[in-house]
Amino acid sequence: MSAPWQRDGYEAVIGLEIHVQLNTASKMFCSCPNNFGDEPNTNVCMVCLAHPGALPVANAEAVRQSVRVGLALGCQIPDVSEFSRKQYFYPDSPKAYQISQYDQPLCGEGIFRVPGADGFTVRLTRAHLEEDAAKMIHAGGEGGRISGSAGSVVDFNRVGTPLLEIVTEPDIRSPEDARRFLTLLRATVIAIGASECDMEKGSLRADANVSIRPIGSTEYGTKTELKNMNSFRFLERGVEAELERQLGLVQAGERIDQETLHFDPTTGTLSSLRSKEQAHDYRYFPEPDLLPVTQDQESLAALAGHLPELPVARFDRLSEAGLVEATALVLATDTGLAAYLDDLALRTGDLKIAANWVMGELQAHLNADALSAVQSPVTPERLAALIALVVDGTINQTAAKEVFAALVADPAATAAGVVQDRNLAQVGGDDALGEIIDAVLAAHPDEVEAFRGGREQVIGFLVGQCMKQSGGRADAKALQGLLRARLSS
Amino acid sequence: MSGVELTADEVRHVAALARLGLDDAEVERLGRELTSILAHVNTIAALPIADVPPTKHSRDSADSLRPDVARPGLPREDALRNAPDPSADGFRVPPIGA
Amino acid sequence: MSGIDVIGLTAERAMGMLRAGECTSEELTQAYLDRIAAVDGDVHAYLHVDAERSLAAARAQDAVAGDALSGVPIAYKDLLSTKDVPTTAGSRILEGFVPIDDADVVARGNEAGLVSLGKTNLDEFAMGSSTEHSAYGPTRNPWDLTRVPGGSSGGSAAVVAAGCAPWSLGTDTGGSIRQPAAFCGLVGLMPTYGTVSRFGVIAFASSLEQVGPMALTVRDAALLHQVIARDTDRDATCTGPREPIVVPDAGRLDGITFGVPRAELEEGVEPGIRARFDESLAIATALGATIVDVELPYSRHGLAAYYVIAPAEASANLSRFDGVRYGLRVDAPDVRSMYEATRDAGFGPEVKRRIMIGTYALSAGYHDAYYVQAQRVRTLIRQDFDTAFQGVDAILLPTAPTTAFPIGARLDDPLAMYANDIFTLPVNLAGIPALSLPNGLSDGLPSSLQIIGPAHSENLLLRLGAAFEAEHAFDVVPPSMRSGA
Ligand SMILES: [Zn+2]
Repeated sequence: MSAPWQRDGYEAVIGLEIHVQLNTASKMFCSCPNNFGDEPNTNVCMVCLAHPGALPVANAEAVRQSVRVGLALGCQIPDVSEFSRKQYFYPDSPKAYQISQYDQPLCGEGIFRVPGADGFTVRLTRAHLEEDAAKMIHAGGEGGRISGSAGSVVDFNRVGTPLLEIVTEPDIRSPEDARRFLTLLRATVIAIGASECDMEKGSLRADANVSIRPIGSTEYGTKTELKNMNSFRFLERGVEAELERQLGLVQAGERIDQETLHFDPTTGTLSSLRSKEQAHDYRYFPEPDLLPVTQDQESLAALAGHLPELPVARFDRLSEAGLVEATALVLATDTGLAAYLDDLALRTGDLKIAANWVMGELQAHLNADALSAVQSPVTPERLAALIALVVDGTINQTAAKEVFAALVADPAATAAGVVQDRNLAQVGGDDALGEIIDAVLAAHPDEVEAFRGGREQVIGFLVGQCMKQSGGRADAKALQGLLRARLSS
Repeated sequence: MSGVELTADEVRHVAALARLGLDDAEVERLGRELTSILAHVNTIAALPIADVPPTKHSRDSADSLRPDVARPGLPREDALRNAPDPSADGFRVPPIGA
Repeated sequence: MSGIDVIGLTAERAMGMLRAGECTSEELTQAYLDRIAAVDGDVHAYLHVDAERSLAAARAQDAVAGDALSGVPIAYKDLLSTKDVPTTAGSRILEGFVPIDDADVVARGNEAGLVSLGKTNLDEFAMGSSTEHSAYGPTRNPWDLTRVPGGSSGGSAAVVAAGCAPWSLGTDTGGSIRQPAAFCGLVGLMPTYGTVSRFGVIAFASSLEQVGPMALTVRDAALLHQVIARDTDRDATCTGPREPIVVPDAGRLDGITFGVPRAELEEGVEPGIRARFDESLAIATALGATIVDVELPYSRHGLAAYYVIAPAEASANLSRFDGVRYGLRVDAPDVRSMYEATRDAGFGPEVKRRIMIGTYALSAGYHDAYYVQAQRVRTLIRQDFDTAFQGVDAILLPTAPTTAFPIGARLDDPLAMYANDIFTLPVNLAGIPALSLPNGLSDGLPSSLQIIGPAHSENLLLRLGAAFEAEHAFDVVPPSMRSGA
């Protein structure tokens, strides 16, 4: 674990509730399109609007994807799960109950490992499937906050979007670990293709349950729930701010109230949400309109067997292959980059060299051009051809960078073609290098004299001159060997 | 628990959960009626049946899931047709308030 | 006035007239509209009649070479959504609401070519046993206009008994088809749970209710059930009937064993009802059936369990009526006050009563003692029936312990009102089918026999019902409704 948050004898106790919007074609309980960003109230039907007599029918694919996520997170999958009604009145909830799951969720307990030298594990309580709420557009209010007196307009497009809520035990001990855990969990869900997990668009949302307790204590303090942290940075900052606030209260001898807090990223402050509302009484009961969902062991085994390589396993594999932890982590959590790497390594036969290229030139180009790995004009095939020219000594590193830039600029170009057209092949061979050395030594008699007089460092200058003479194409290693031999003869 | 008598405060609490704005006369009447109905309902409270599994669903499990096929939603004018206070593209509600 | 006498006209006979070319659907529909105009002012069974719309639908059926039931009129309980036709559930809160789609059962009716005459009155949201809890005023019993027609499908029963429709659809959550059928001298079928789609049926208690036919004869009930008992992809709990529904012929009862839970009959059953019931047992024996005693020890707890489970589900089902997307809204300065004002103004006293009971029973601290305990009783009631059906083919009981009671008689005593359903509620809790059919008169009012069978025994129940029906030779037309009366 990275350094736990500990201040003045208190430690942090953090649990997360993560909502993942599943990227099914249709909604959770009706066949309306599950689309983000359409015109308000155009992806709605009798079910979405909770018209009298409308009934939910559960989406098989949402159930399947939820189970895949559960399997990927190491959760037990019970044989039977059921939906329940969670009742609350609010304009974003058209039935005034949310179809959710209560005591029989689709995915049960699990353990998720954040790998690495300072890795840690987080116990998962459960993952359950539910439906998202509608969106309130607050007239006159700022930034979606619930305030102002102008009222709101409700858009039911989002209502019924399949939502998987993943709940952890309070096993996280620092804001940074919360971010690390969420990063890896997000990568896992993306890797299996269940969601885009785009925090800005709200397809991944994290709430944090935060408390502090004296170091060494096994009891939990009063927790607060932090909502609306729509980026990894805000999650870390919000939890940090709340820990500090709670510490301040405790040290001032004040009580911590169990409440829901809203993090405002523009001010970095926390404000109490719905504090005036009485404690919730959700009056859960089994949803009579839906029958229990059953899982058979055979189908579960098939689903588990067909999961792609998951980020944690990938991290382990890349680390064992000798990549440094930071590199392995980046590649493990970026499925696109990792797939590119694996393709490239297969073609080049050397994972480390491939990783250097992916982490270096490729990533710089992807960032600069705002592309994903799969979108890059430099396919693994083209890059492998380039790497082969470096490995076999045809070109040196300097030339290779130029070739890479040429491959980006011209999707039709080949590495070999660029090398030929631009005459980038290394000047190797004793004859060709000998000519250059002769010319350089002849032009710099003073330096030659100095070297021979014992000023060894002058050789660097002479190598540079030779390299310049070669147009940067000289094989630096061979050059230095030859030069030394000539000077000492 | 056969002698349950609902106080006015309890009636108001339940009414608040159900978002029923009751006047005092309704609170008084419902308190009486609920007390007598619950007295009857409580005849099952003492049955020694704690080990009996509750019926959680109306029928046995069936293959009741829906294939993930999207169909277009309603035309917006149909969606808004019954709205008591429609805006151009949505359903207006009063402020959330204090 | 058309020349067709629709009083006492069965749907099967109407179908025969249409197919033989003796009349058109338009003429038949007009005859019913005339009858409605003549007597519905007294009976008040319809909430919505649109003559032009009905006649247009009839003409559309006349224009095509119809088969089977096409062109036969029907009435729908106003709990069933009808596209572009107002649907109120008997509540103020849905005044002016116009559904954007048909309930599945209405769509099936349309596909079969049935012509809707209108929407029938009911207890608000189907909560009641007398149709007095309609926000739009009570319906009167065609057998005696001072009495209730039963409920909650009282309108659907009264229109058929009064000759204002050949048949109708009702819904049954705790007896709401069978008890009004009993009070109005009709046949009513409560189907096995999960065999008829609930899509578009405005929900009261989702785990208990089904749509079913109300008709003048067992054969008519079977014909209409054939239309509606179908699989659907819009109700996850519905898979349709296990075998096709068969229209039965009357026959003997040799080899049939009936169970009678005598202990349940000892209290609260009117003598006339009891006498008619005993006569039916004699008929059964005469037709070759065997009668044995059965025990349903937990049935007596059905009322208590029902009055937890049904209100609990209802309290959630009725939360959607919040003044945001449809229906009544009472303006208020903030959302919460708007909810409370709208729901206070929109719901009648019985609906509020049930919402309150249900909310209380599900609330923190009471959930296990009430809701879970009631579901345990439900399990035991189911087990009682399962055990009984190991030894008998069907169980016989009166449908209701009394005949139709006077309007207003039970309005101030909810428990007395609820008690009228003691013989019907356990069937809903068990999710099994039951057929109610006329069983002679008691003091000039219809009495009724209920035949209860195991899940998916509809064909058996209809066949048994046809046998009793032939022996009873019940005149389905109330004296005051007879032609010239
Ligand atoms: Zn929809």
